[in-house]
Amino acid sequence: MSGLDVLFLAVGLLTAGSALLAVTAGRVLHAALWLVVALLGLAGCYLVLGAELVALVQLLVYVGAVVVLILVALMLTRAGGVPVVTSGGQRAGAAVVGAATTLLLGTALVGSVGRDRVELTGPDNARVAEGIFGVYVWPFELLSALLLLALVAGVAIARGGGKRS
Amino acid sequence: MIHPALPSVLVAVLAGLGVYGILARRHAVLVLVGVELILGAAGLLLVTVGSTTVGEGTAAATSGPVLTLFLITIAAAEVVVALAVFLALSRERGHVDLAAPLEDGSSTP
Repeated sequence: MSGLDVLFLAVGLLTAGSALLAVTAGRVLHAALWLVVALLGLAGCYLVLGAELVALVQLLVYVGAVVVLILVALMLTRAGGVPVVTSGGQRAGAAVVGAATTLLLGTALVGSVGRDRVELTGPDNARVAEGIFGVYVWPFELLSALLLLALVAGVAIARGGGKRS
Repeated sequence: MIHPALPSVLVAVLAGLGVYGILARRHAVLVLVGVELILGAAGLLLVTVGSTTVGEGTAAATSGPVLTLFLITIAAAEVVVALAVFLALSRERGHVDLAAPLEDGSSTP
């Protein structure tokens, strides 16, 4: 095993463990906080894979913005006494479906990537910038419009559609 | 040098955990946590393929990281709209329990 392998193994185990805790934690706030750890671990995985810009954006957008949004929504909805988990039968069924998804994706992906080690040959940041502002500039501009639309739609939905009895 | 099976296994594990989280939770915000995990798995797969393969030209060579950035942006927009819907839901019904039975006629204008 090379150094990168060991590093990715450590960060990946952290990510998978905290993701498991995020979907099994009994309290809502604990689940949200384990999601923070899982997303931080995912940013670490991006860093190990050599995509520094994506790791930074993941850190800013997910850990910074999305998680804060989720925590604020948890406080505002204030689900006092709402049970978090479903019945045992549904949980068992969900576990079966989740394990089947893991097995299917795992065999398909591991079978397709081959067995020998590969060099990390990702594009550097200047190349990524060339891609964003060159080839992919129109999707990029459309995404800014999408974000504005989501913001306006979020405010409109959360304020409610007028007075209703 | 890295073994490409390691990120692939992590992608599979994250996607499976996300599916479990979506199906097994009845609190609406926690269902969203499962969705976030699946989106994270998709992003990790894109980054993995982007950094372990060599593409011809700018479009192919940079598609992995660039599409991951787009994915993160779309996920942020999705979270905003979904949480707004949950806020409206909690104002209308008083809770965000997805397994609770619907009461008749309460939502008619």
